[in-house]
Amino acid sequence: MNKGEIVLETRNLSMHFGGVRAVDSVNFTIWENELRCLIGPNGAGKSTFFKCLTGQIRPTSGDIVIRNLQVAGHQSHEISSLGVGIKTQVPNVFDGLSTEENIWLSARRWHNTAHANRLTTQTLDRLDLGGIREKTVGRLAHGERQWVELGMVVVTEPWLVLLDEPTAGMTYEETLRTADLIKTMNETATLIVVEHDMQFIRMISKTVTLFHEGKILMEDTLENISSNPVAREIYLGQRSNKLEQ
Amino acid sequence: MDLNLVIALGIQIIYGIANLTLISLGLAIIFGMMRVINLAHGEFIMLGGYTVVISTNAGVNIWISMLIVAPVVVGVIGVLVERLLIRWLYGRMIDTLLATWGLSLLLIGLVTSIFGASTATTISPPLGVVSIGDYTSSAYELLLIGITVALCLIIFLTLKLTRLGLIARGTMQNEEMASALGVSTPRIYMLTFGFGAAISGFAGGLLAPVTGVLPTIGVAYIAKSFITVISGGAVILAGTVSASAVLGGVNGIVSFLTGPTIGEVALLFAAILLLRLMPRGITGRFFRKGL
Amino acid sequence: MTIFRDMRATFTIAVIGILFMVLAPTVLELFAIINLTTAIALAMLALSLALVWGYGGILCFGQTAFFGVGAYAYTVAAINSGDAATAILIAVVVAIIFASVLGYFMFYGRVSDVYLAVITLTVSLILFSLIRRTSGPEYKIGDALLGGFNGVTAPPLNLPWDRAYFLFPEHVFYVAMAFLIIAYVFTAWLVRTKFGRVVISIKENELRAELLGYDIRLYKLLIFMIGAAIAGLGGVLFCNGVGRVTPDVFNLYNSALTIIWVIVGGRGTLIGPVLGAFGIFYLTSALGTQSTINNNLILGIILIIFVLAIPKGLVPTVRDWMIERKDRRIQRVRERRIRTRRTRSSTQNAEGAGE
Repeated sequence: MNKGEIVLETRNLSMHFGGVRAVDSVNFTIWENELRCLIGPNGAGKSTFFKCLTGQIRPTSGDIVIRNLQVAGHQSHEISSLGVGIKTQVPNVFDGLSTEENIWLSARRWHNTAHANRLTTQTLDRLDLGGIREKTVGRLAHGERQWVELGMVVVTEPWLVLLDEPTAGMTYEETLRTADLIKTMNETATLIVVEHDMQFIRMISKTVTLFHEGKILMEDTLENISSNPVAREIYLGQRSNKLEQ
Repeated sequence: MDLNLVIALGIQIIYGIANLTLISLGLAIIFGMMRVINLAHGEFIMLGGYTVVISTNAGVNIWISMLIVAPVVVGVIGVLVERLLIRWLYGRMIDTLLATWGLSLLLIGLVTSIFGASTATTISPPLGVVSIGDYTSSAYELLLIGITVALCLIIFLTLKLTRLGLIARGTMQNEEMASALGVSTPRIYMLTFGFGAAISGFAGGLLAPVTGVLPTIGVAYIAKSFITVISGGAVILAGTVSASAVLGGVNGIVSFLTGPTIGEVALLFAAILLLRLMPRGITGRFFRKGL
Repeated sequence: MTIFRDMRATFTIAVIGILFMVLAPTVLELFAIINLTTAIALAMLALSLALVWGYGGILCFGQTAFFGVGAYAYTVAAINSGDAATAILIAVVVAIIFASVLGYFMFYGRVSDVYLAVITLTVSLILFSLIRRTSGPEYKIGDALLGGFNGVTAPPLNLPWDRAYFLFPEHVFYVAMAFLIIAYVFTAWLVRTKFGRVVISIKENELRAELLGYDIRLYKLLIFMIGAAIAGLGGVLFCNGVGRVTPDVFNLYNSALTIIWVIVGGRGTLIGPVLGAFGIFYLTSALGTQSTINNNLILGIILIIFVLAIPKGLVPTVRDWMIERKDRRIQRVRERRIRTRRTRSSTQNAEGAGE
């Protein structure tokens, strides 16, 4: 398999809170145009790992390299300015502003006003958000707010996308649409997706990285991981049959 | 430099530190447990002073006025304020700031309307001076140092041994718990606010013989106590005492070398530098598990 | 709040302001005009905080620090140089530099909003107690004695091309009002630019703005500095209105007043706090002439009532109420139209049945 260029890599990345090793010497690599899901039980360290990648927290030690650039400890805006699209777990949107304004603010970071206006309209159409274009985002349903945030990621045309639980709180239909959107994005971008929902992962993923107790336990296709007794044990300890859904 | 000067200077600096601690503890208790900055803190100190002056002039023994009447009266006022005003604003940090500022203005206005804008009848410091070689030190200042130490000890034991203290320790170390508490145990908040107010009133009463009382005297304290508490961080005792030591120490030494004006500038710069290095205060980095 | 807006309302208000500027001296007496100049200076301060807090979300409790620094810098510079235009420029620059140093510490240190409020307030109070102590002859900048508690007499404005020509109080009023209108239109324009929109978005959600790639520290610092410039200019107008500057500009009462103007007028509007400043100024002047009710008492009560009952402030509350009323009217008209159509069709049906 031709893996192409390495897009993002961590070397011995660790994040300690007091005595707790939330992320423990993680070596992680993702290649160009890959779509990788990060899974693991609660407290496995995947969200902390995600926050290290996005610059929301400064790792205790280790390196994060994005396209040959050392970014560990950089601010979130510096990482985002490389052309990385980020969506956090809780929908982080501008609640007081309208859907259109939210997406425009994202587009305007990269383009002049005229171009940003055009891109905003395109994205609203593409994501079918025209109906809530002028609605205040704070008053929208949870799933809609998730979509507004996805729109803010899509509009920047990123080459690397980091998503933390993009389908949390979505209906089944919304989840299906999100899976489609993620696949489309994957045509032009590399994606890292932190997810709980196995059904959703099955829809989108090729390779899955399983976190356990702050470390990477295994990296394989979902089928292989599902049939692995150790992986089953970890999930069974958490919630029975989760992997078999 | 002769030894007596060193001792006298040392006492002066320690008094400065004790003074900062004394005027800040009430604010620190409310901030540490409720994450509420009480902008009417200075006025609680002012009310303590007025309570002592009025009750002493009414014939109450000055020690009883200072040690018992002032904290009780201001503590009760604190509980009333919490019930009537603060409890409507839990979870709305900025509104709490604004409302306590409104309260501060209201109290200044109220006291001015009742007692007039000028100094009320003052009471004299009840003790004389102590001489150290050629230098003298006010015995009352020495007593204040002792009382501040005792007060810290009482707060330490309260935090260590009582149920209220246990909850307090939990909230100091975990911010979410502090906000969750507002919903689950409003009584704790009421008591905390009252307790913090009582300590402020106590400080105001003790300082009244030194400074006299004015409706606007709170303003003289708040800047210093805010700086101390913010620099100290959320851990009540360790934060207040360590910040007082750093800031009071800097202020004392620079004041001795160059005069009080530059001393105050030095205090401000020390605080700003400290906050630049430790945005969450001293206890945001050190003594996190302290009391 | 919304970031996509046009400037129509702004221009309407600006035109009203210009009319006021032209007409006021023809109807009002000189004393009232001098008083008005002071109120305009305070309105400028209110406008600066409306921008920094209402739009930038920066909880600056010590906006008066920049106002006072501007007033002192103008006075000292004007005494030394004798030229008001240079002095105004120096005052604004000094206020900006002061804000940049303070802001750098706070924003790049990522001080949270409550801490920021207390720090800015404290800075103002420290300036108050510092400048109060400068009464000795050794506290002198060039030819200007700082004068401690009594402050310094501020040299009046003069013409840039003729330093010997000092402006009359009516002319100072024109200058002040012109500055206020320009500052108002400028801030209204600013919050509609990309820069302004990003500043608003940071107030809405800091993390999201940062994840979009905006350096929020820089944006906050810049809006803070712009606010300081406007406040500093207000300080210049203030010491021209009252004729001197004293350490009292830094006191707690004035810091509280500034906050009250914004709370009463409403956060998220520019005209609200400006009107708030005028309203409270005339209210306190009226109260100042009698002695039974204390000013502090009234202001304290106003602040508490607004926080508890009208937290949005007057202008947004009235605006929302008007929008709601309009919506309801449209709704009513629509319902009536539907009803008439229905009646008409039922009458037609009845007629049809009668045939």
